[in-house]
Amino acid sequence: MPQVEVVGGVGEPRAFAATPVVTSYWRTVGWRLARDPATLVAGAILALIVLSAVLAPWLAPYDPNAGSIRLRLAPVGAPAHLLGTDEQGRDMLSRLLWGGRMTLIAGLTPVLVAFVLGSGLGVLAGYTGGVTNTIVMRTMDVFYAFPAVLLAIAISGALGPGLPNTLISLSIVFVPRVVRVAESATVQVKGLEYIAAARASGAGVLEIMRHHLLANVLGPILVFASTQVSLSIILAAGLSFLGLGVTPPAAEWGLMLNTLRQSIYVNALVPALPGLAIFLTSMTFNLLSDGLRDAMEIRG
Amino acid sequence: MWTYAGRRLLLAIPTLLGASIIVFAMVHLAPGDPIAAVMPAESSKAEIEATKRAYGFDKPLPVQYLVWLGRIAQGDLGRSIATRRAVILDVRDALANSLVLALSSSLLAFAVGVALGLLAAFRQGRALDKLASAIAVVGVSIPHYWAGIILIIIFSVQLNWLPAMGASDGGDIVDYLRHMTLPTVALALIPLGVITRVVRSAALDVLNQEFVLALRAKGLAVRRVFTHVVKNSAPQIFTVLGLQFGFQLGGSVLVETVFSWPGTGYLLNLAIFQRDIPVLQGVILVLATFFVLLNLAVDLLQTLVDPRIARH
Repeated sequence: MPQVEVVGGVGEPRAFAATPVVTSYWRTVGWRLARDPATLVAGAILALIVLSAVLAPWLAPYDPNAGSIRLRLAPVGAPAHLLGTDEQGRDMLSRLLWGGRMTLIAGLTPVLVAFVLGSGLGVLAGYTGGVTNTIVMRTMDVFYAFPAVLLAIAISGALGPGLPNTLISLSIVFVPRVVRVAESATVQVKGLEYIAAARASGAGVLEIMRHHLLANVLGPILVFASTQVSLSIILAAGLSFLGLGVTPPAAEWGLMLNTLRQSIYVNALVPALPGLAIFLTSMTFNLLSDGLRDAMEIRG
Repeated sequence: MWTYAGRRLLLAIPTLLGASIIVFAMVHLAPGDPIAAVMPAESSKAEIEATKRAYGFDKPLPVQYLVWLGRIAQGDLGRSIATRRAVILDVRDALANSLVLALSSSLLAFAVGVALGLLAAFRQGRALDKLASAIAVVGVSIPHYWAGIILIIIFSVQLNWLPAMGASDGGDIVDYLRHMTLPTVALALIPLGVITRVVRSAALDVLNQEFVLALRAKGLAVRRVFTHVVKNSAPQIFTVLGLQFGFQLGGSVLVETVFSWPGTGYLLNLAIFQRDIPVLQGVILVLATFFVLLNLAVDLLQTLVDPRIARH
């Protein structure tokens, strides 16, 4: 095992004094990630959150939608209800576990859609240039006329509540952002000499795009997309919080926060739990994306 | 400078027109017939058709859009379906309240964020830097609507120091400030995190340049070096401040809902639940226009601060 000295504090690009002899870039990135304490801790917490959401049907002690009015707002640590009960007497632990599924789906899907669609559109616009570029980029500019929160609420407000509508409105928020990053990365790489060399040696457009361009622009796009996950989760839960996302009685963190909000005068701790879950999830995604950016040595 | 300003102004026009198309399209995104939805249930088909003609809904979409745009250009945002009041009046009152919150939270975030970011850069790697980075990560990760609820739980429910809901309607300035405090803090968290990060990295970029080394080598006092660094990172800091202020205006919807603050967010929320599309469109169009003009102003001011930008 080669000796590696990591210089620098948390949250800044680290200088790696020595890198082991490895074959691929991605292996180097993985190797660096595995040696960054902040990334490891965040990764472990996130793994726990995701696992508990996936395994909710087996882990949850109660039916998340069944409650008893007589057991309303039991405090944290109540007998038989570890994290208490909500305003309808439903078990909080079970609802938090099930709610994680909804929040994660609603938060992650739009960024995935944006990553795929946005990379495609952005690389296309950046590589072809000319009229295609103008049409694509000016269309994307229009969506920049709205702050993200407002755009999401506007589209959701017009479409009406429901998970599919949340996914549509959040995708519309994130696609233009990814397109911008993909386009500017493509324009930068396109001007480099090795692309000209590939073209001179007779490589076709598709071949250049696949082998030379994508390999070099996907890194920055991936890092950017990873920074957007936490915002997407906060917005997805925020839409449910406004009553525009997942519809009751389904468990979803934002929705739970909304319905429990009236109960803060009775029990202060239980209503705070769903928000804490959103906060923890969003923070671990932010820490992971910081780690990824540093490991890939991408600035910005 | 002036050619750049002119070009930038021209670019804002298609953006605004595009935004207006999106806002116009919202009526047709909404499920169901926009007219049938607001008519009494017992209306006959003929009555519905007559109303459609009266509102111009029988014309082709491009014509409807142009008519609508023409009215907007004259400052007529239509009438609320729920209250029959002119939308422009409601939006004007709400916008004033939202601006107050956007300004106060931006000022708080700017002051603390710039100070924290600069201090962190000058103390790179030390405890203060790590604290600033931690605050920044929390700031950009926290759901601000939840932060608002936590503030209410602590300062209104438990300590009973500050009011949890609404704005004071009387002329009492102290009471007004007391109502403003909690929403201001909740709204300031995200920009505080973003500004701290950007200012820190901008200052670090300058600190790592050779001229700073030269200044230090010739024995300049730290305080004077500081002034040089601030001056050279000013354009970047300036941009992030402008952008964050813009986000505050549209981003306050959730926080305003938590605190029942009578701003644009509250109005928007009300409009969504009453399916009052004219109000929904009016609020969003006004906020988007504000946002575009603000970005334009930031760009132009930035070229004044740093003339190198206009040459690109």
